[in-house]
Amino acid sequence: MSVLKIDKLHASVEGKPILKGLSLEVKEGEVAAIMGPNGSGKSTLASVLAGRDGYDIDSGTITYFGQDLTELAAEERACAGVFLAFQYPVEIPGVNNVYFLRAALNAQRKARGEEELDSMAFLKLVRQRLKQLKITDDLLHRAVNEGFSGGEKKRNEIFQMAVLEPQLAILDETDSGLDIDALKIVSDGVNDLRDDKRAFVVVTHYQRLLEHIVPDSVHVLMDGRIVKSGERDLALKLEEDGYGWLEKELAA
Amino acid sequence: MSTGNEHIEELVKRRYEPGFFTDIESDTVAPGLSEDVIRFISEKKNEPGWMTQWRLKAFELWQNMPTPEWAHVHYPPIDFQAISYYSAPKSAAKYKSWDEVDPKLIETYDKLGVPLHERARLAGVAVDAVFDSVSVGTTFRKELAEAGVIFCSMSEAITEHPELVRRYLGTVVPQSDNFYAALNSAVFTDGSFVWIPQGTRCPMELSTYFRINELNTGQFERTLIVAEDDSYVSYLEGCTAPMRDENQLHAAVVELVAQDRAQIKYSTVQNWYPGDENGKGGIYNFVTKRGDCRGERSKISWTQVETGSAITWKYPSCILRGDHSSGEFYSVALTHNHQQADTGTKMIHIGRNTSSHIISKGISAGQGQNAYRGLVQVQKRADNARNYTQCDSLLIGKRCGAHTFPYIEARNPTAHIEHEASTSRISEDHLFYCLQRGIGEEDAVSMIVDGFCKEVFKELPMEFAVEAKKLLEVSLEGAVG
Repeated sequence: MSVLKIDKLHASVEGKPILKGLSLEVKEGEVAAIMGPNGSGKSTLASVLAGRDGYDIDSGTITYFGQDLTELAAEERACAGVFLAFQYPVEIPGVNNVYFLRAALNAQRKARGEEELDSMAFLKLVRQRLKQLKITDDLLHRAVNEGFSGGEKKRNEIFQMAVLEPQLAILDETDSGLDIDALKIVSDGVNDLRDDKRAFVVVTHYQRLLEHIVPDSVHVLMDGRIVKSGERDLALKLEEDGYGWLEKELAA
Repeated sequence: MSTGNEHIEELVKRRYEPGFFTDIESDTVAPGLSEDVIRFISEKKNEPGWMTQWRLKAFELWQNMPTPEWAHVHYPPIDFQAISYYSAPKSAAKYKSWDEVDPKLIETYDKLGVPLHERARLAGVAVDAVFDSVSVGTTFRKELAEAGVIFCSMSEAITEHPELVRRYLGTVVPQSDNFYAALNSAVFTDGSFVWIPQGTRCPMELSTYFRINELNTGQFERTLIVAEDDSYVSYLEGCTAPMRDENQLHAAVVELVAQDRAQIKYSTVQNWYPGDENGKGGIYNFVTKRGDCRGERSKISWTQVETGSAITWKYPSCILRGDHSSGEFYSVALTHNHQQADTGTKMIHIGRNTSSHIISKGISAGQGQNAYRGLVQVQKRADNARNYTQCDSLLIGKRCGAHTFPYIEARNPTAHIEHEASTSRISEDHLFYCLQRGIGEEDAVSMIVDGFCKEVFKELPMEFAVEAKKLLEVSLEGAVG
């Protein structure tokens, strides 16, 4: 079953077209890697999927479990199970990380008609996820992302993902600015959350991340469109040869 | 494409809840101010001659003072002759019990959620409720009396404890202090009086709710709190006024005296009518609040959460006279629509080894203008004075403003003074981050604001902190969707 289906999507920012007829399908349990050079529209795709203000859809469709995703507001998409791991997570001074996450989880549960978790039940869940991801609890008692290193911020994103248990997780350049140890923690976390249901869209500039998170499919995004799709070896070829050969192939 | 900032502004359009008017016959003097009016007030309150003279002296001083214009606020000139200076509920004779109190009065307090009656007992709060100008009831008198604490209306204190009032009244804020303090000294109608005897820890939090009810009535309360050697008191002041179109003047004076090793904690939540979205109406809040750390190792701590009033002009200050004395100021001030606030503190270091701590959080939304004005003054003999000031501003939307006017005067080379300031904006990035996690817009804004104010909220007594949080939430609630 397809989790996400994007068909001939055209989207623009402040009147400037960025996505120009992008099509993509991601099935249950699939990890789809989106690769592409700078400025190809990778981050725009992530923002459009999450429903960020200021990104206008000019034509085309986005279907999520058969439903028109564009009809949902950003917070409704989140409650429906769409999660975006941010490239640059913001700091929210004075707001405790656990408090924030509990507010998020309970908002989502409420929207789905589920009972809200009390603090005891929530802390139990948090401890479980920490153990599962093999990460320490040192980030929990600090304010959301405040004073976190780049690695800590990305780790916090993955931790949030583990607690919120989305159906569709979009990772926007989660590997950028990470050293090898942090990269390992993040990718281990993602691998741990992989199952036969949950779908991932992994947006990345480098093949490096895909050594750790092995994708089921690789799609090359150039000038607002998916120009080539393949399997893992496509990523390796891009790593070795760059994007130049693709440009030539397309021009031919 | 929606423009983000206007959208955020929508979120903070406030709804003012306590907007009702209690219909009670009032005993109101005709508008205008003269010696006769002052004599009338004094007589009405059965005051002794020295008090009448004190008022008249203040009036004389006031007449020769210019209206202050230095604050970063703008408003049309006030016609002081158009204000009525005395308004008392008709049934103002002393009540023996709560059953005798006009039920409409009690209803008013019910709407505001004032914890009177048995609720007060449960909450452990003693309330000296001021309705317009006359104090109508005091709870917990007996228990306080057993501890030797005096907590009563100022009028009562003047007649029943004249020696204490005469000893302390005007010793922190003299009649000549400033324009509004002089006006208050001349015409104040009531307020609270607290006296904590030597070596006594006040057994409960003391609380007064003020409420302006009568149309075109200026309210001039006068509060005096004295903590003798080795005593402690925590005093809460909460304010709310019904919605009126006319601008109403509020010029209060609060004086605190802390003797040797005494501690006074004074907390305020202020929710007066701020005016409507177009800046029409609202309270003018011109207040003089000052604490005198008169004794060695004494401590005075001001905490305020200011969300109301059209114009706020207020600088709770500490005079650190005693050696090793310390002063604290924790403030959250929210302005939106057309509200203007010029608020801050003064820390005057006179004694040796004195210290002061200032945390100021300003939130501006809509077209609100928020100014922090603070003076840290270290006088010549104040060896080893220390000050830490942190002054943060949060902007919501594009049309509001935050202004900081720090004044530092150090006349002693051993002084250590630190000043930190920051300005930030609730951005689309912050909102989107919360939305993406499933948290709705209103909740997101109040969560971010709450986080911003945390350092101040934690200084408030528990129930008050909850109230303050709720108040900010209501202020930030609005036209989402």
